Amino acid sequence: MANFTLRVNGRTHTVDVDPATPLLYVLRNDLDLHGPRFGCGLGQCGACTVLIKGEAVRSCIRPMSAVAGADITTLEGLATGGKLHPLQQAWIDEQVPQCGFCQNGQILTAKALLDRTPNPTDAQIRQGMSGTLCRCMTYYRVQAAIKRAAKAMASARQQDHEVIA
Amino acid sequence: MTTTRRDFIKTSGYLVVGVAAIANADPFVGLVDAQAAGPYIDPDFRQLDSWIVIREDNTATFFVGKTDLGQGTGTAFRQIMADELDMPYARTSCVMGSTDVTVDQGGSGGSDALQTDGWPMRRVAAEARRVLLDLASARLGVPVAQLAVADGVVTVASDPSRRVTYGELIGGRKFNVTLKGNNTDQTTGAAQLKTVQQLKIVGQSPQRYDIPPKVDGSLKWAVDAKVPGMLHARNVRPPVAGATLVSIDESSVKGVPGFVKVVSKGNYVAVVCEREEQAIQAARQLKVNWRNPATAPFPSSEDLFRYMRQATPTAAGNPTVVGNPDAAFGSAARVVEADYEVPFQGHVSIGPAHAMADPSNDQLTIYSNDMKSYGLRNGVAQFVQMPRERVRVLWMEGPQAYGRTAADDAGFEAAYLAKELGRPVRVQWTRQEETAWDTKGPAFTVKMRGGLDAQGNLVALDFEARAADHNHLGYNEPDTVLISQLMGTRRATPARGGAATPSEMYAIPNRRTTAHVVGLPLVWETPLRTGNLRDPNGPQVTFASESFIDELAAAAKADPVDFRLKLLTASTTDDSGFKRARSIACIRTAAEKYGWTPRPSPSARGTGEVLTGRGIAYTFRSQTVVAQIAEVEVNRRTGRVWVKRLVCAHDCGLVINPEGLKRTVEGGMMYALSRALHEEVTFDTEKVTSVDWGSYPTLTHADTPESIEVVIVNGDPNQNRPDLPHYGAGETVCKPLFAAVANAIYDATGVRLRRLPFRNARVLAALKAAGVSST
Repeated sequence: MANFTLRVNGRTHTVDVDPATPLLYVLRNDLDLHGPRFGCGLGQCGACTVLIKGEAVRSCIRPMSAVAGADITTLEGLATGGKLHPLQQAWIDEQVPQCGFCQNGQILTAKALLDRTPNPTDAQIRQGMSGTLCRCMTYYRVQAAIKRAAKAMASARQQDHEVIA
Repeated sequence: MTTTRRDFIKTSGYLVVGVAAIANADPFVGLVDAQAAGPYIDPDFRQLDSWIVIREDNTATFFVGKTDLGQGTGTAFRQIMADELDMPYARTSCVMGSTDVTVDQGGSGGSDALQTDGWPMRRVAAEARRVLLDLASARLGVPVAQLAVADGVVTVASDPSRRVTYGELIGGRKFNVTLKGNNTDQTTGAAQLKTVQQLKIVGQSPQRYDIPPKVDGSLKWAVDAKVPGMLHARNVRPPVAGATLVSIDESSVKGVPGFVKVVSKGNYVAVVCEREEQAIQAARQLKVNWRNPATAPFPSSEDLFRYMRQATPTAAGNPTVVGNPDAAFGSAARVVEADYEVPFQGHVSIGPAHAMADPSNDQLTIYSNDMKSYGLRNGVAQFVQMPRERVRVLWMEGPQAYGRTAADDAGFEAAYLAKELGRPVRVQWTRQEETAWDTKGPAFTVKMRGGLDAQGNLVALDFEARAADHNHLGYNEPDTVLISQLMGTRRATPARGGAATPSEMYAIPNRRTTAHVVGLPLVWETPLRTGNLRDPNGPQVTFASESFIDELAAAAKADPVDFRLKLLTASTTDDSGFKRARSIACIRTAAEKYGWTPRPSPSARGTGEVLTGRGIAYTFRSQTVVAQIAEVEVNRRTGRVWVKRLVCAHDCGLVINPEGLKRTVEGGMMYALSRALHEEVTFDTEKVTSVDWGSYPTLTHADTPESIEVVIVNGDPNQNRPDLPHYGAGETVCKPLFAAVANAIYDATGVRLRRLPFRNARVLAALKAAGVSST
């Protein structure tokens, strides 16, 4: 066992666990978060995704020893100031989920994608999202929501620009 | 204010605590909270108070015995009940599936939520409205006939200033109204239902209330159920199907931090630890000595269809015969034959099986995502030998598995372990365990034979199916779930299993339809145990029947749409529920939406690397009719099939929530597309070898069609009938898709694929064999 300090959704936590423990179990069982979920434990499906330094990371295969001191964002931390992230809003507007169990991974992977590529082409969305699985096969709506969110974010940037100008 | 479930969840954590919050607000209801010791008495379906609670603030909560698997049925229930009650949708909420607070409507399955259970829900809501109007009549001193009601407020029609709200009439008190009916489905009061024309909320598309907490991370799912002192368990499965436990070396895990216990009985083995990662480590580390079975449990997946064809059926089907098929085949100008094969396909939930059981207070509370929570409660009570009233299931949201939780293995395991240890235990299956050991949709071989006369009319059709479905798993029976089988429980007679027959309304004068069930050598404790996978047999059967209709159309050099319409319009008799009329309407609508140009298949083949084609298929399930058209691109160099466009015409009668229905239809078609293109359970003669997302590939974002168009059809001959029924949706659309894709591939390439899935290598091999490949 060893002590690890993490910053999750802006709050600092210290936990005492085996260094080999995957981050997922600490987030779920010690910090009582339920955005990241266990889907495979193999890094194959994406249900456990969290954001670290803007990258979509599969927390089920990331040991605590590799994330000491990391600044982590989970689905719970995506909204700011009580306002949903444009992706979350787009997910509601498009009524994306069926069961919704995988959507944590869909939303956070899309977040990393849009941060990298603000106006992705259809091919870039398919490519960027292809490793994030949905068993209800809501891909068609996920892709529509990503495009909707990209537009909303571009429009917000434009407005910010106009305000500054 | 509104009391949506989201608010319950946000303000009070667990949904079940939300229920308790209602109980606290309305102590007269007699609900119990998550810590209550029981006994857990069944809510009486003959009492109006079991279904509807109206509070002083003029909000209503509906209690229904169904579960929402992500198709938005909870939203639809609120719509139909709010509409009959005359309450605004936003002032209602819905509690589902927890056995101690909702009447037993069986949970979910069979796409029957609206088709069957919607009716008693409407009737009890209408009855509540009737009773409230009586109360208002007494309060306001005018006859009911002179009252008006809207949005939960009753007014005197001639003087709207004289008003009283439902909350003022009944809030904080019980209805104390006894209902009639021999069972839950028949529950009714004295009130009349509204006509379709009077319904206002039905037909609108309020957004699903469960989606915001699913995208902001606030929802607590069944995987999040947690109580103080809870332990974590992992199962240890036999390495070979049918292996027998010889010995366990407990010293191999004694040093694992947090280790609590190894539990074993028969061939069931589990490890229990304080923390989850410790249980994972202990399960990996536990040394178990197994003895392999004397004979192979099953043939390998490569050998499966040969095995199925030569096996003696465990249940031989009795042929259904119409006309004189033998004579008709004898005089046919042309006889066409084809064999189709569909492998085992898994439920393969995105979240492996899980449950938590708490044995506090000498009772058992199971936190579960089981679609059939009521059956789980009954099964567990028998399995752990506790009185029913000491056991309850609190239903929470979970990963969808489309039939998997009809046999809720993890729920039984958690209950057993919690009782053994006397502490709350959470069970979580691994990915490999779930993909290998979950229930499977049965493999099928289908032999089809058709006779055409000289004019290309279909005069005889022979369908003979074999389904590997022996000992099909039922609904949470205490002697058939996996833990029970591994512990050595054996029924005298394994379940018979089933093999469905085609669902179409074609008028074919001479027919023979036969469906056999065959078994594999290992009957019990097998990872190839079959269960209900999203229309249990329909996709397999319809793959054969609707592919073959296309083969016959091609043989007759007829357009596939025209060929089908001719078979449907040939007779006007036998039109139960207007299914023939609605079949014609759906096929015509799909063709029109697609822009279908009549011509026989295959198309004139192009010379490029990518060939394009279109295919249609149609079927029904119960009373719901669908027709689908797939447009495909087939890559001649790689064998890759991309379904570029999907069109679906869908008639399920009265539609409650059109936008919700469209997404359910999209999801169902995409699910079937995954099965058509990718999914196959593989195994050697010892074990299942498809055990994760690498070895059991499914549809990905890269496969997504460019366009999916869903057209809602009302093909009822009297479109404005006041009693238009609401039929089911969900599973029907899974049925015709395999065939629509196969027919499109044929149209594009002239090559007929009769074996699922259409993975690149299989398609490429077929193209090469036909000389169509570009390599």
